[in-house]
Amino acid sequence: MQSRLNSASLVICEYCDAVYSRTPLKRREKAHCLQCGSELYRNAHVDIDVMLALTLASAITFVIANCYPIVELNMSGLSNRATLWDTLLFTLDSNVGVIAVFAAASAFFFPLIQILLFAYVLIPLRAGRKPRAFIGAMHALREMQPWSMVEVFMLGAVVSVIKLTAVAAVAPQIGLWGFATLTILLAVLSSFDLHELWDQSEALDV
Amino acid sequence: MNNSSRARDLKLISCHACGLVLDNREELNHARCTRCDEHVYTRKPNSLTRSWAYLIAATILYIPANLLPIMLTTKMYNTLSSTIVSGVIDLWQDGAWDLAIIVFTASVVVPILKLGLMTFLLISTQRRSTWRQRERTKLYRIIEHIGHWSMLDVFVVALLITLVHFNKLALVQAGSGIVAFAAVVVLTMLSSMNFDPRLIWDTDEPKPRTPPDNDKTNG
Repeated sequence: MQSRLNSASLVICEYCDAVYSRTPLKRREKAHCLQCGSELYRNAHVDIDVMLALTLASAITFVIANCYPIVELNMSGLSNRATLWDTLLFTLDSNVGVIAVFAAASAFFFPLIQILLFAYVLIPLRAGRKPRAFIGAMHALREMQPWSMVEVFMLGAVVSVIKLTAVAAVAPQIGLWGFATLTILLAVLSSFDLHELWDQSEALDV
Repeated sequence: MNNSSRARDLKLISCHACGLVLDNREELNHARCTRCDEHVYTRKPNSLTRSWAYLIAATILYIPANLLPIMLTTKMYNTLSSTIVSGVIDLWQDGAWDLAIIVFTASVVVPILKLGLMTFLLISTQRRSTWRQRERTKLYRIIEHIGHWSMLDVFVVALLITLVHFNKLALVQAGSGIVAFAAVVVLTMLSSMNFDPRLIWDTDEPKPRTPPDNDKTNG
């Protein structure tokens, strides 16, 4: 069986397997692997207050982005507007329904679950407790990260708007600004290193 | 820094999920992390085989993804079908060159780059090449981070078919090419996720699992 080493003292490069002993970093400093140049870790202190604030802001923005239409299109007196869910449901009924399933997961469900899981993990941690399903929640957060694509959906919406301006009157709606803000918030939130959260939670182990 | 110590030689494993460094003195190829209960491996299991499988599947699907139409546009009873590449050309000819560059990058450059570079990384790693290992690791990190941007066209098609449905006046319908294209992006992402970049640096030993030699002493 494996025995646990002092995890604070060693770090192994995920990209080339080189072993280093950790040294404390100053704020905003990053440690890079000498052999392959990959990032090893950042300044060790993850501010749970900041992460929680970002999570709550993301949750509010998520609601706004999804409740309001993203674009409105006017053509010869007719008009169409679409929220994210209008888009998903319409695509589901079309000849390429499978695309809707993928889009729903990557632009709606994964970001939503990420926000909820961050709240689930961070609120107790801030109070000095570890949530019951901490391990499962942290694994889910890590697995979902690459498949959560709000930023790509956001760029897709912008491209669609510009494409349509050539043929019709297009008006970006509140939902588009909602998604733009959500993109930034989630980008900052997922830039925090989950490894640090694991390390911090370890201090709470009894 | 070609003589820096490696975790495998020191009989250490780091957990890819939580970063904990584990002692692997018994040289198990597979164990569980004591902190997060994740399966940990010295190297991702069957990394090259899995990575190749996804890559080959992606390369095959790349052909229908580019030949089949992704969008059918009807304007005043005229139906035009467009593929990924013709969509970019149309944008360029309409004068939206800035948009054309964005879509060209996300839908043409990134997928080709990913297919090409993954093939290159897999072949060079299989041959245990020591050529520019640092740069090849960097290439892998880039591939890891740009892959999902290719989904751009998928979202654009979903939005356009929803917004533009004014019966015979103006109608946008999706073509089956977009399904193949989405599959290409997902498969290349799976291919790069299954590739273990540490294999780029495993160039010294001819066989990955040889019993320890007698003349090697344990610390």
